[in-house]
Amino acid sequence: MAHDSGSKTFDLKAMLRDERFWKIAFQVITLIVVLLLLSFFLGNLNRNLIQQGRAFGFSFLRNPAGFSIGESLIQYRPNDPYWRALMVGLGNTLTLVVGGIVLTTLLGVVAGVASFSKNWLLQKLSRLYVGLVQNIPLLLQLFFWYFAIFGALPNPANQIGVLGLAFLNNRGVYIPWASSALLAILGIAATVGAAIAALFLWRWRTKIRIETGVGGQAQSIALAVVALAWLAIITVGMDWTVPEGVEGGGVTGGLRLSREYVASLTALVFYTSAFVAEIVRAGIQSVSKGQWEAARTLGLNAGMVMRLVVFPQALRVIIPPMNSQYMNLTKNSSLAFAIAFPEIYSIATTTYNQTGRPVEVFVVMMATYLTLCLLITVVMNQFNRSVQFKER
Amino acid sequence: MRKWGLLAAALGLTLAACGGGTTTTADGEAAPAGGGRLDVVKERGQLVCGVDGGIPGFSFVDESGTYTGLDVDICKAVAAAVLGDAEAVEYRRLDSTERFTALSGGEVDMLSRNTTWTISRDTSVGLEFAPTTFFDGQGMLVRADSGIADLEDFAGKAICVETGTTTELNLTDQMRQLGVDFEPVVFQDADAAYAAYDEGRCEGMTSDKSQLVARRSTLPNPDEHTLLEVTMSKEPLGPVTTNNDSGWYDVVKWVTYGLIQAEEFGITSENIATFEATDNPDIARFLGQEGTLGTDMGLPNDFMVQVITQVGNYGEVYERNVGADSEFALERGQNALWTEGGLMYSPPFR
Repeated sequence: MAHDSGSKTFDLKAMLRDERFWKIAFQVITLIVVLLLLSFFLGNLNRNLIQQGRAFGFSFLRNPAGFSIGESLIQYRPNDPYWRALMVGLGNTLTLVVGGIVLTTLLGVVAGVASFSKNWLLQKLSRLYVGLVQNIPLLLQLFFWYFAIFGALPNPANQIGVLGLAFLNNRGVYIPWASSALLAILGIAATVGAAIAALFLWRWRTKIRIETGVGGQAQSIALAVVALAWLAIITVGMDWTVPEGVEGGGVTGGLRLSREYVASLTALVFYTSAFVAEIVRAGIQSVSKGQWEAARTLGLNAGMVMRLVVFPQALRVIIPPMNSQYMNLTKNSSLAFAIAFPEIYSIATTTYNQTGRPVEVFVVMMATYLTLCLLITVVMNQFNRSVQFKER
Repeated sequence: MRKWGLLAAALGLTLAACGGGTTTTADGEAAPAGGGRLDVVKERGQLVCGVDGGIPGFSFVDESGTYTGLDVDICKAVAAAVLGDAEAVEYRRLDSTERFTALSGGEVDMLSRNTTWTISRDTSVGLEFAPTTFFDGQGMLVRADSGIADLEDFAGKAICVETGTTTELNLTDQMRQLGVDFEPVVFQDADAAYAAYDEGRCEGMTSDKSQLVARRSTLPNPDEHTLLEVTMSKEPLGPVTTNNDSGWYDVVKWVTYGLIQAEEFGITSENIATFEATDNPDIARFLGQEGTLGTDMGLPNDFMVQVITQVGNYGEVYERNVGADSEFALERGQNALWTEGGLMYSPPFR
C-alpha cells in the first residue's frame, strides 16, 4: 500500500493512516473472529460428545420409533423409523401453517379494513380485538382455547350437531369431507387451478377492455365456464361424506379435526391476525388522503374506493411485513406442542428423548424451520415484486 | 470516521463475547474432567438435584416452597453424605423431556426424578443408573363410571400420556400386541395431561402406578377415578448420573445402597446413637468406626451416620412419604427388603 509513494522504506505510520488498509484489515479481523468462535463452539461440542462416548451422526433416524402418534396425514405405524415419524410431524406442522396462513390473511385483512369502517360497532370491535389479543402471550391463548373453549364442549354422548352437517364435541370437530384422500387432493388442486385460471382470464379481460374500450365477452364466457366446471367438480365430483352421529356418542364418516388441531389453529390465527390487522391498517393509512378524495370525486362508492384505489396501493406497504408475520406463524406453530398437537417439534422432542441425541435432532429441526421460512420468503418476494410500482 | 467507531465497537463486543465463551469452557471443562462431579459439588457446597416437583409422595413443593417426597429424600441423603448437610440441596424442577439434557449438560449433578432404568437409556442415551429406589409398574387410571375394565375396552378411545417417558412406549407396545386401535394424546407437561384427562379429553390416563395414585389425590374428586387391575410394564425407578464419571456415580450408588443396608441392619434415625459402640464389625465398618469405606470414596468416613441421622433409613423414607405414615398408604410389596420377600437388596459394605 505504501509502495507507490516511491520511498523504498516500509512506512508503518503511513499504512496505519491509510483508510484502505483499515477497510481490509477490519474485514480480515472480523473473519478471523467469526472462524475462531465457530471452531471453538464446534470443538466444544465435539469434546463433550466424545466425553459422553457418543459420535455425531444421523443413522439413528433409521431405527424404529416405537411410539404412536395421534393424527397423521401419511400412513404411520409405531414400528416405522424415526425419520418417518418426523415426516408425520412435518405434515401436521404444514397443515397448521398452511391453514393458518390462509385464515390469518382473511381475518387480518378484514379486521384491518374494519378499523376504517364508518360503522361504530365494527370499528370499535376491531380495535378491541387487536388491543386484547396482541397483548396476551400466545402460549396462554393456546391453553385458553384448548381448555376453556374447546374443553367446554360436551362429551361425545351429548355432542352438538350443526344442521346435521357437522358435529362438535370435546374430542374435536367433524365436518363433511371427500370420501377419499385422493379426491380431497383433486378437489384442492381443482380449486387452486381454477383460481389461477380465473385470475389470468380476469387480467386478460381487463387489459383488452383498457386497450380497446370494448370487448372481453369471450373472456367473460371463459370465466363463467371455469366457475361452472369448478362448481361441478366440487359439488358432484368429490363424493362428499357427511359425518353422522352414532347412538350413544361418537361420529362416523366425514373428516375429524382433532381438538388439538382446531385449538392450535384458532389460537394461532387469532393471535397472528391481530398483528396482520395492524399492518393492514398501517398500509391503508400510508395511502395519501388525496387518493381517497380523488377516487370519491370520480364517483366511486366507499367499498370501491377501498377495493380499487386504496388497497392496491396499500399492498406495497403491507406485503414486506406480512412476510415476517407468516414466518412468525410458522415458528409459533411449534407451541402447539403444549396442547398435545403432534407437530414436528413435539415428535422431535420425543425422538431426542428416546434416542438421547438432542444435537442431531435439533439440527434437523432448525433445518426444517429454516427451510419453511425461506420458502415463505421466496414466495412473498415474488408477490412483492408484482405489486411494487412499475417504472415506465 | 463514525463508521470506524461503530466497527470498533462491534469488534469489541465480539471479542468480549469470545472472552465470555472461553471462561465458560474453563468452567465446563472443570466439571466432567479429572476429579469429576464430586469435587464440583464439594466446592460448591451444595448439591443440584433434578426432581419432578409435581408428584405428591415422590417430590412435591408445598406452599412454603419446601420439597418433600421419596425422590427428594434421596437427594437429601446424597447431600448429607457428601456435604454433611441434608438441606444443602438446590432442587431443579425438570419435565420429562428436559431431564436428560439437563443432566448430560451438567445443569444438575444428579436426577432423582422417578426415572425408569432401561438398557437404551443406560447405553445410547449415556446415563448411569443408581440402584432402584422404587419398583413400580405402569398402570391405567380411568373414571369409575366409564365401564372400562380392560385395555381391550380402549378401542377407538383416547389415552392421555406424558411425552418422553417409557410409559409412552410401553402403551404403544401393549396396544400393538393386543391389536387395539387407540388415540394417544401426548402432553409435554404432566399438569396439562392430568387436566385434560380430568375434563374428559381422554378416557384413560397412563403412567407409573405410584404416580397415578399420587396424582389422583390432587384431582378434584379422587373417588371418581380408579386404577385398572392391569400392570403394563416393569418400572424400576431410581437416581441417575451421567456416563464416564464413575467416582460420582459410585457415591450416588452407595449412598442409595446405604439406605437399604441401614434398614437391613435395623439402624434408624432414632436408634443410631445406640450403635456408637457396637461390637458388630459389619455395622462398625458401615458407620465408619472401622476401616476406610467412606474416605476411599472421597467422602467423610462417617457418611452413613450423617445420612441416617438426617434422613433415616430406606424403610423410614418409604413409610414417611408413600407408606403407612402417608396419605397414600402404599404397601411395601416389591419394595420390601429381600429378607421380607421384597426386592430391596444391598451388596455388602466391605
